[in-house]
Amino acid sequence: MNIMPRSVRQRIRSIMFRLPLMITCAEFEDFIISYLDGSLSPGQRRVFELHLAVCRECRNYLAAYRSAMSVTRDVLDAQTADTLADVPEDLVSAVLAARSQQKRK
Amino acid sequence: MKLPESSDPAPVTEQKPHAMIRQDKAVTEQFVRANLGWMLAVAKRIVKDSASAEDVVQDAFSNVFKNLETFRGDAALKTWMHRIVVNQALMALRRQRRRNEQPIDELLPEFDRDGCRIDEPSMLSDIARTPEAMLLSADRRQQVLASIERLPDSYRVVLMLRDIEELTTSEVAEMTGLSEANVKVRLHRARAALKKLLSPLFEGAGL
Ligand SMILES: [Zn+2]
Repeated sequence: MNIMPRSVRQRIRSIMFRLPLMITCAEFEDFIISYLDGSLSPGQRRVFELHLAVCRECRNYLAAYRSAMSVTRDVLDAQTADTLADVPEDLVSAVLAARSQQKRK
Repeated sequence: MKLPESSDPAPVTEQKPHAMIRQDKAVTEQFVRANLGWMLAVAKRIVKDSASAEDVVQDAFSNVFKNLETFRGDAALKTWMHRIVVNQALMALRRQRRRNEQPIDELLPEFDRDGCRIDEPSMLSDIARTPEAMLLSADRRQQVLASIERLPDSYRVVLMLRDIEELTTSEVAEMTGLSEANVKVRLHRARAALKKLLSPLFEGAGL
């Protein structure tokens, strides 16, 4: 897909990121958390989205970052469902026994 | 008794006055059964190991029963109990001996001298666009869980509390003793590291 060698692309990007309203990928990285929690100012947001529009590396990166978040959530939700489906009886008994002890004191 | 599959795992607590949970044996048992599952799931996510998670739940219930008397109901009961179990789990984690942890630095994104990202494209990027792909196999789920466990505790915990327990930045700061700025930095690094750890799992053949 990509005819240009990586080094040439990198050079073009590094020049482009020095243009007005442009940030580097490293600066973009620092904005991600605020972008995702919606706390960027409208101006910062425009700058962030401009970088996103011109930088394929960051576009792929952000998509993978978000996928990692959603996969993590899905897997932990599934783990919760497993735990709910199979609550250990001995733990229920232990909690109730401790409760009776506590009340007697 | 089997727990209802409903979205509200603790219907009993919303209806019964706290006095009944305190005094009536049957209600106590119902209360314990309705809440033990989700509390255990929270504890497991934080302390990782099942045996310690069970200890955490025991301690959390003992704490809940002790303080039900003073519980004012200005916070929802479940929210209050959630905080108790999280705090109890954090305490247990602090007591655990840290095993050799992989430094997070090796898992963080890399940039060249000009601040350009150096990153291999990852199949993970495409997952968000294919919702049915979310039906992960049991094997794949195990691999994802193992990757999460590879994160250093101090980062993993922040990720759990923010992204999974859905606590706010200031709540997490208060519970962990970190500054809010530090909570944000750790959350971002934990997510970035996890992205790096999960990427190889999703290369090549489907899910
Ligand atoms: Zn970039």
